[in-house]
Amino acid sequence: MTTNSIEIKDISKKFVLRHTRSLKEAFVWIMKGRKGDLSKKFYALDGITLDIATGESVALLGLNGSGKSTLLKHISGVMLPDTGSVATRGRVAGLIEVGAGFHPDLSGRDNVYLNGAILGMSKEEIDAAFDSIVAFSEIEEFIDTEVKFYSSGMYLRLAFSVAVHTDPDVFLIDEILAVGDEPFQKKCLAKIKELHAAGKTLIVVSHDLDVVAKVCDRGILMQQGHAVMDAPVAEVIAKLRS
Amino acid sequence: MGGSGTSNALLPLTSPGHGSGLLDIFRSRYLLNLLVQKELKVRYRGSVLGILWSYVKPGMQFVVFYIALGVFLGLEQSPTNRSGMPNYAIYLFSGIALINFFTEALGNAARSVVGNSGLIQKIYLPRQLFPVASVWVSAVHFLPQVLILAFVCVLNGWRPGFLEIGVAVAAFVMVGLLATGLGLFFGAVNVYFRDAENFVDMLLLVATWASPVLYSWEMVHNKVGPTWFALYQLNPLTVAVESFHLAFWYPTTVETVALVPNLLSLWIPVGMAISLTVLILGQLVFRRLEGRFAQEL
Repeated sequence: MTTNSIEIKDISKKFVLRHTRSLKEAFVWIMKGRKGDLSKKFYALDGITLDIATGESVALLGLNGSGKSTLLKHISGVMLPDTGSVATRGRVAGLIEVGAGFHPDLSGRDNVYLNGAILGMSKEEIDAAFDSIVAFSEIEEFIDTEVKFYSSGMYLRLAFSVAVHTDPDVFLIDEILAVGDEPFQKKCLAKIKELHAAGKTLIVVSHDLDVVAKVCDRGILMQQGHAVMDAPVAEVIAKLRS
Repeated sequence: MGGSGTSNALLPLTSPGHGSGLLDIFRSRYLLNLLVQKELKVRYRGSVLGILWSYVKPGMQFVVFYIALGVFLGLEQSPTNRSGMPNYAIYLFSGIALINFFTEALGNAARSVVGNSGLIQKIYLPRQLFPVASVWVSAVHFLPQVLILAFVCVLNGWRPGFLEIGVAVAAFVMVGLLATGLGLFFGAVNVYFRDAENFVDMLLLVATWASPVLYSWEMVHNKVGPTWFALYQLNPLTVAVESFHLAFWYPTTVETVALVPNLLSLWIPVGMAISLTVLILGQLVFRRLEGRFAQEL
């Protein structure tokens, strides 16, 4: 029997492009009888329904602005849908821009703990995974150095390493496969495949179609907030390239 | 197709992004702890005096007020000025310490959500953590000031009993709840209207003068009469400041000065109730608004 890790039912998300952020203009607008549009609206997601089975590895494909990242944010809970519902099973961890929780003035060690906790780990879990996190990132000798002195590659490696050690059930990956140099990229890819083999659910957003083809089984093509194609990843890539 | 996911099948489907409010803070207390530590480490990075700035600034403020109001305007009692207040320095410092706690807590809490926009837009975590962490950081700065205050009071013959300590703790809790409630409210509103943080700055400017920090409550009472004075007393900050005076300053005087009537029996419970109400309202507003934080930031 297959269970679903993610069940998305008919979600829509309308974005408001607010022109103003001051009370004065809003007040003037209300006083004028709310005439005219204070803001422009568009649908970032429009009636998406999607089930993802546990252990599946799904690629979200599409051009910039097609709603891929917005969909990931709904799965992670950063955004709530206007209509419809999202349900997830187990811990969801996002590699949505790694290192968002890093603070440049803290040491690597402090950042591992802070970021681990932000991603939902307990102190005991971080303690247990700490050596493994540092080893994977390959920055042992700099772990007590402030992160602001790291090269951008070191920074991303540490951030990625923390994220993969959160041991999530559902793993959201947004454009982070371009982490570090070639050998480290290969290592990341291997780690992601390992997670997949261990039965984790993966959802990948990437424009690197070759990587996507290697990691994912299923592809979903998005266009202006709609899911226009849902098929094995090779077919979707072929369609995207045609 | 992928693996079997045997262990996951037992977990229920949950709806992401729906927190349970302040209860989440308790569940994420380890993260809260780390956020507070981070803030304490980062606040005065690259400065020589470091955390001492948290004491130099209120210390300077105290000296300025003491000289201007205590000496020049004659609020300090001295052999040539019988009408002043005894131990005005202690009176002043106990109020300033408490008001500074409130000012710092609310000022930072109001900015905390916008200040952490990078995180809020990318990762789901209980967002109430940020205002609460701001208040907590301020409390960490505040407690050593209380120790200094207590030390000075002891030198002036202060021998605290259960009443004094209980009243001081009540005042601290009252201010903490109020700052958290207002911090949640303005922190959330600030996401939509950046006017909120400027409004808070203005509010904080008023707060110092709207409570008997620099002057005595009797001056207010004599000018405005009992009805308006009751209104004045509805401000939990006012009650908290008066409670601090009762706890620290009053026992160091000869105890002939008049205290606010019904402070213990009426105003402390009322102030506590108002602070709690503000906290509940702030929390409600925060939860109403937090759903759209990620897209509005």
